[in-house]
Amino acid sequence: MRYLPHTEEDVAEMLRVIGASSLEELFSTIPEDCRRKGDLSLPGPVTEWELNDLMAVLAKTMAVAPEYKVFLGAGSYHHFIPATVSYLLGRSEFSTSYTPYQPEISQGTLQAIFEYQTFIARLLGMDVANASLYDGASALAEALLMAARVSGFKKVALSSLIHPQYRLVVRTYLEPAGFEIVELPLTSCGRTELTGLKTIEGLAAVAVQSPNFAGCMEDLGSVASLAHDAGALLVASFTEPLAFGLYKSPGALGADICCGEGQSFGIPQSYGGPGLGMFASCKRYLRSMPGRLVGRTEDRDGKSGFVLTLATREQHIRREKATSNICTNSGLCAVTSAMYMASLGGSGLRELARLNYDKSEYLKKELRKAGFAIPFSVPTFNEFVVELPPGSDAVYQRLLDRKLVAGLPLASFYSGMENRYLLCVTETKTKNDMDELVNLLRADCNI
Amino acid sequence: MKEISQLATPSDVRYTLDHEWARVEGDIIRIGVTDYAQDRLGDIVFVEAPRMGKKYAKGEECGALESVKAVGEVYAPVGGEIAGVNVTLEGSPGLVNSAPYTDGWIAEVKPVDPTEMDGLMTSEQYIEMLKGFKE
Amino acid sequence: MVEFAGSTGLVLNEPLLFDKGKRGRAGMSIPRRDVDYAPVDEELVGEGPDFPDLGEVEVVRHYTRLSTWNFGVDTGMYPLGSCTMKYNPKSNEKQAALPGFAGAHPLLPEKLSQGALKMMFELERFLGEITGMDAVSLQPAAGAQGELAGMLIFHAYHKSKGRGRSKIIVPDTAHGTNPASAALCGFSPVKVGSSDRGVLSVEGVAAAMDEETAGIMVTNPNTLGFFEENIRGIAEIVHARGGLVYADGANMNAVLGIAHMGDTGIDVLHLNLHKTFSTPHGGGGPGAGPLCVKKHLEPFLPIPRIVDDKGSLRLSGDFPRSIGKLHAFYGNVGIMIRAYSYILSLGPELKKVSQLAVLNANYVKEKLKDVLHLAYDRPCMHECVFSDKLQAPLGISTLDMVKRLIDYGFHPPTIYFPLVVSGALMIEPTETECKEELDLFVEAFRQIVKEAGESQELLHGAPWRTKMRRLDETGAARNPRLTCK
Repeated sequence: MRYLPHTEEDVAEMLRVIGASSLEELFSTIPEDCRRKGDLSLPGPVTEWELNDLMAVLAKTMAVAPEYKVFLGAGSYHHFIPATVSYLLGRSEFSTSYTPYQPEISQGTLQAIFEYQTFIARLLGMDVANASLYDGASALAEALLMAARVSGFKKVALSSLIHPQYRLVVRTYLEPAGFEIVELPLTSCGRTELTGLKTIEGLAAVAVQSPNFAGCMEDLGSVASLAHDAGALLVASFTEPLAFGLYKSPGALGADICCGEGQSFGIPQSYGGPGLGMFASCKRYLRSMPGRLVGRTEDRDGKSGFVLTLATREQHIRREKATSNICTNSGLCAVTSAMYMASLGGSGLRELARLNYDKSEYLKKELRKAGFAIPFSVPTFNEFVVELPPGSDAVYQRLLDRKLVAGLPLASFYSGMENRYLLCVTETKTKNDMDELVNLLRADCNI
Repeated sequence: MKEISQLATPSDVRYTLDHEWARVEGDIIRIGVTDYAQDRLGDIVFVEAPRMGKKYAKGEECGALESVKAVGEVYAPVGGEIAGVNVTLEGSPGLVNSAPYTDGWIAEVKPVDPTEMDGLMTSEQYIEMLKGFKE
Repeated sequence: MVEFAGSTGLVLNEPLLFDKGKRGRAGMSIPRRDVDYAPVDEELVGEGPDFPDLGEVEVVRHYTRLSTWNFGVDTGMYPLGSCTMKYNPKSNEKQAALPGFAGAHPLLPEKLSQGALKMMFELERFLGEITGMDAVSLQPAAGAQGELAGMLIFHAYHKSKGRGRSKIIVPDTAHGTNPASAALCGFSPVKVGSSDRGVLSVEGVAAAMDEETAGIMVTNPNTLGFFEENIRGIAEIVHARGGLVYADGANMNAVLGIAHMGDTGIDVLHLNLHKTFSTPHGGGGPGAGPLCVKKHLEPFLPIPRIVDDKGSLRLSGDFPRSIGKLHAFYGNVGIMIRAYSYILSLGPELKKVSQLAVLNANYVKEKLKDVLHLAYDRPCMHECVFSDKLQAPLGISTLDMVKRLIDYGFHPPTIYFPLVVSGALMIEPTETECKEELDLFVEAFRQIVKEAGESQELLHGAPWRTKMRRLDETGAARNPRLTCK
């Protein structure tokens, strides 16, 4: 096996030094009744070339571009990734290192994460950002736990237009710890219904997602004042950070904690993971934040450099009193997203965000023209809901046969949305792709 | 780390098993951590002070000191209400290291039962306890 | 004269990204605009973030220079104890990057994503076979999330028995994530100590276990590098009092194909794909922390689960006793692909991995134990724990020695952990280091010990050859500067 460098002579010589007669003898401390009888029953070993063939067969079954036109978003977005990003993150000095506990030989990772923290703070309009959490869903759960630490309350209000799967993750994290979760309904125009907020007491946080799961921009400014009036923190979640290249940042609108998924920024979709949990907050809550932080400092010679800092919040020091149990996070994905943001630049980000918006508006307009209903009137970014005529499931299936995934059926997520679909258009879809979608839908629905 | 003979253990304060000190100043009691405690923790980078006006029982956790890689809890040497906190420590936590019994004090307590002071150790008793650790 | 890898050479400076660039530069090709501008709601529109505009070459040079300031497994030996910094095969990277996997949307209809589902379904079975456990969930995104999932299962299990429990036993050698994960489920940790053999005793656990205690978390092999040889007796005691046994599998690299964890009395076990199964650590993730359980706890595993429906695989959320979801989708699939590729590449030879990992650790232990104090002088598994006891009287600490090790071209071992060994130095060479490399490492350490006796300044000032000298962590924490101004 090419990963195992020992020759027979090496093994013999090393055993002699240790004073053991065989490799088996090295395991004499494992009791007999804890041992495996017989060999592992696993396939392989396969050669590198056999592995290539096996994996190619599996990968080929997956419906991906360019063979398929996939108009799916809903928390995972198909964006172009420049060759430079893939190339640079392949530098194994980044990928094969551990968490930068030895700063003298980890300055590359440390500076890259420090720059990432700066990118995120600026993107979201917040004071400070951490070095990443696992994904957008667990970041939301961590944000709510943090809000509880800050406020001393154990009740949170969640918009039902937060990604349904994020809300499930929040329940998993919060319910065993005795939290009360109130879900806020949605309005007919596609935003969170806030009128109930005034009657809830002892609230740690109000959490909304913007753009929300229906693609609509929430009125974050109003949510912020309502939340603050109730003595609660505003937790602003997101699944598509590219939106902040066009729309105002959550921080500018009064969010206290801002968290979400960063996959859009240069990270392959990879069937849902790994993603990147972006997490930012205000300075005054810094010591309640979960996750790692990189800070700037000097070395003995007065040269500027970087270290992990404020680690007393973390599990390896504070153990059961830590602000989170997180250790390994999404370091390489954070660096990847920084490479992507650096490549785009401020001008590129604005341009790309606008292009996503304009393309999605084009499809919206064409669908309307073709006679389909767009049920929610609130402005969207690169996703929106369309309503197809009754019996749309068969239409959807037929489009799949034409290698076209016409968005996400919402029926299984919300009641009363039987014929509604969440469509996503990024820069990867051309006008022709969209025209084809509209034409096929029109033909199939007999409109 | 300092040897016991190098540690300051002034006799105008009383000591706890958890290395806090307490000094009667009029009708309040000023509290802090000992030279031994600050020496073990190393450079203090943050002081989590008790909350003004909050009441703590004797022995209850009322704050924490953070160094780069450790946290030391502060337990109330006597029960009572927090009547003052040393706000200078917010910007200069290192005072706990450089002057633990003076400028590095942590809080002032309005005691519920001033006789609780009598249950604390004198400097001689505290030094004896520290010697016990060394063995 | 031995020649070490550590040397000096031209190291380039590189400013912060935010001090570079010029408005009007571009580092990415913006896709063609084939639609018109649409009207926007001016109320909602912002200015966009203040990012610099950089050229493509600027970006490439920036990150290339940064990368040269880092030390990775590909750079050299990285004997970080309990972290299993083994070689990360390049072929695995290639598989994860296949367009069919990398470009796949997680909400694709199941019939259009059978390949990924098959990979995951089989990986679950491989991990079940390797551990001897009955059912596996791949969803946890890292070891700590696996622990959390395990503790959630403890919580749900006791609740299903009609009575919640409030405490959990955690050994003093445990990683900090153990008590932190347990605390998230409302369990307060009760510490138990290790015996003079560096393992848990049945009596010690029996004394701590009661009907208020949900169970115990045991890292096995433990962080001192020993197999918890009393695990079956411990499990009996815990089970007799209605508790469950959690095994932290951070150190599974020691016992692949050798121990049958399912027979050790444990109920739940998590693995770290980024340790044992060779996926790269990425400077702090992403990893993956699959959770393995015995049959009686299978109903509690996270949803969705992959089920075989007459030859076609689908995701099912129909498990009413499940603890719920932990990840927005199904976990870190990109990491799973790498681990799957690794397991296929080794097959039953995985046993050899553990044999050589343990051989390497014992070899280093024997070669250094006359100059470094060995915390427990007995055969170890995949890692050995020394301390600075012999050097401390000279004014030399563990930190000084490992900073000097950097000058010789090695990454330091894990230091000051486990907490039960004062000045701990925890060395895990892993199986992918060859004998020559181990000999160089041993020689470097022996020279450092010699230097400790002769020239303390050399150690106090180390490292000398790196781009940065020792950094001021106190200043960083007192006055946090976390973003560029």
